[in-house]
Amino acid sequence: MDNLLLMMAPLFSSKLILVLLFGTLFGLVLGVLPGLGPTTGGALILPFTMTLDPLSAVILLTSIYCAGTYGGAITAVLINTPGTPAAAATCLDGYPLAQKGEAGRALGMATVSSTVGGVFSVVILVFFAPVLAKLAYEFGQPEYFALAIFGLTMLASIGEGSPIKNLIAGAFGILISTIGKDFMTSIDRFTYGINELSVGIGFIPVVVGLFAISEMLTQSTLLHQVFRRVALKAIKLPTLLDYKLTWKTILRSSGIGSFIGVLPAEGGTVASLIGYSEAKRWSKTPEKFGKGSIEGIAGAEAANNAATGGAMVPTLALGIPGSATTAVILTGLIIHGVRPGPDLFREQPDFLYGIFGAMLIANILFFIFGFFGAKIFARITLVPNKILWPMIFTVSVCGTYSLSQSILDVWIMLLFGVIGFFMRRYHFSVVPVIIGLILGELVEGTLRQSLVIFDGNWLMFLTRPIALTFFILSLIALCFPLLKRKK
Amino acid sequence: MNNVQNKKRANKSLPFFFKDEFKVFFIIILVSIILLISTFTFDIVPPILNRGIQPATFPKGLLVLIITLTSVIYYLSFKKPWKKEKKLPKNFFLTILSFIFFIIISKSLDFFLAISVLSVFVSYNWGEKRIFYLLLVGIIFPLIVFIFFEMILGLRFPPGIITNLYYY
Repeated sequence: MDNLLLMMAPLFSSKLILVLLFGTLFGLVLGVLPGLGPTTGGALILPFTMTLDPLSAVILLTSIYCAGTYGGAITAVLINTPGTPAAAATCLDGYPLAQKGEAGRALGMATVSSTVGGVFSVVILVFFAPVLAKLAYEFGQPEYFALAIFGLTMLASIGEGSPIKNLIAGAFGILISTIGKDFMTSIDRFTYGINELSVGIGFIPVVVGLFAISEMLTQSTLLHQVFRRVALKAIKLPTLLDYKLTWKTILRSSGIGSFIGVLPAEGGTVASLIGYSEAKRWSKTPEKFGKGSIEGIAGAEAANNAATGGAMVPTLALGIPGSATTAVILTGLIIHGVRPGPDLFREQPDFLYGIFGAMLIANILFFIFGFFGAKIFARITLVPNKILWPMIFTVSVCGTYSLSQSILDVWIMLLFGVIGFFMRRYHFSVVPVIIGLILGELVEGTLRQSLVIFDGNWLMFLTRPIALTFFILSLIALCFPLLKRKK
Repeated sequence: MNNVQNKKRANKSLPFFFKDEFKVFFIIILVSIILLISTFTFDIVPPILNRGIQPATFPKGLLVLIITLTSVIYYLSFKKPWKKEKKLPKNFFLTILSFIFFIIISKSLDFFLAISVLSVFVSYNWGEKRIFYLLLVGIIFPLIVFIFFEMILGLRFPPGIITNLYYY
């Protein structure tokens, strides 16, 4: 009961309500614009959160996360281009349905299933995160090391694209985290005499570079692309028949999305693809999929929004991000002096339940905004790239500079923009780099501290049951893609 | 379908050093080897102070892992060649050029001048010819952002010929 009251706290603060409204609207705009999304948007807005208190800052980021994930569906349905990668599966049936003159019905179903998926995942978050946090009290350095390794191997096995390329990208992310002074011995690594590099490479220049600047370069190669837009008159709430057809799909996809979200991987994108394919597998009319099936939209959208709450579970309970956007949220927490983990649940329950409540409200808010404002949000896609991207560049540069007031950070951002562009061009996902970068310190720190505890004996890892379980799971995760290929 | 097959065939007929998979393999391996060599220049902790592993060991392990995995994807590309990517258009190179201009101008003249020049340059090259919109992206918007960062976040931007006019 107390926790429920704590969850409702954001409703009683005008400041938090304003933050939620702004975050939801901004998230929707980011979601609608192809190439942007909650990860880039979160990274861009992070410097601005410095003017806010920690709870407001995290609520802003989480509301952007929830609304941004849904916003991608609007573009997916109307112009057959996913606003966010997580909406890719929505294009498959959303656009064909829109072409049949049922854009309003398609968006109505996307809005309802996204909201149900989002709310379902918040319930999972409320019940599951404290349990996981309690379990984390049993974790020592070796267990955290094994858990981080498990997170990285999950990226390889259920991430998008080639597992080996994902592993290379993850290792690259960890390598970036080793730049600067070694935390145990203060010995410089990869600094090449540049003083600013002694403190390491910041998270924001890398994220903004890999997401925003690399997308700007990608857009420079797509200038002649023509979008065929479907007109939207108004969103229609699903009919009783639609609900009858899809309620099982929505619930199943909400479960799938929440589960996939909890696993440290690419969250929404993978969840929506699995949600979509499961919807097709269980459907009585699988032949309609790809031609405008309402079940296809429900399956994909419920799953990708359900992944948002799921991804927050390991982020808050263990300090291990469940997706690229939660890596940005984790950075936001750290910047504001909040250390996620089991102690947070014991010491600051009001803070945590405030976040849970805000996520719940954000899911309801994007339903209202989406339902009444989809037509307006759809118009945002009319802003031409030749005006939009130079503006995004200006915000990216100023935002990156503002965090440590270092011009080197801006150059690093540009460098990672170019690296990110070529990574995407050759089908290396950039998400493992971000997860690797944020987990890097944890991986190396816990490994070295464990070796100190074990007196340099690597075999001692195998004497710890929890660590051993995570290693076995990591091995299974690594073998999974091979088995899948053989099948 | 035919187009894809033609592209694949075209990629197969190229000498190996022109193929995308070789270029990617070569660049990753080259950079990794250079970094690996540089790890041997890291200071070594005396054995009496060293508990666990040396500071260079972990990055060395990562680089060896990257080299090994890159070799595996190159080996696999013999069995399943990569699809040849489209040639990069002129606008891509002009955008990269604008980044270089940005670095030079921000270092030597002014941070905000560099932002304005890049914004106008990119917008113009991407097809925007209307003066108002060029002014919007090159002057009005950066000015709004500057004022916002300066007033609300209390941020001080690096000195330069234009920024100094505001600060002094």
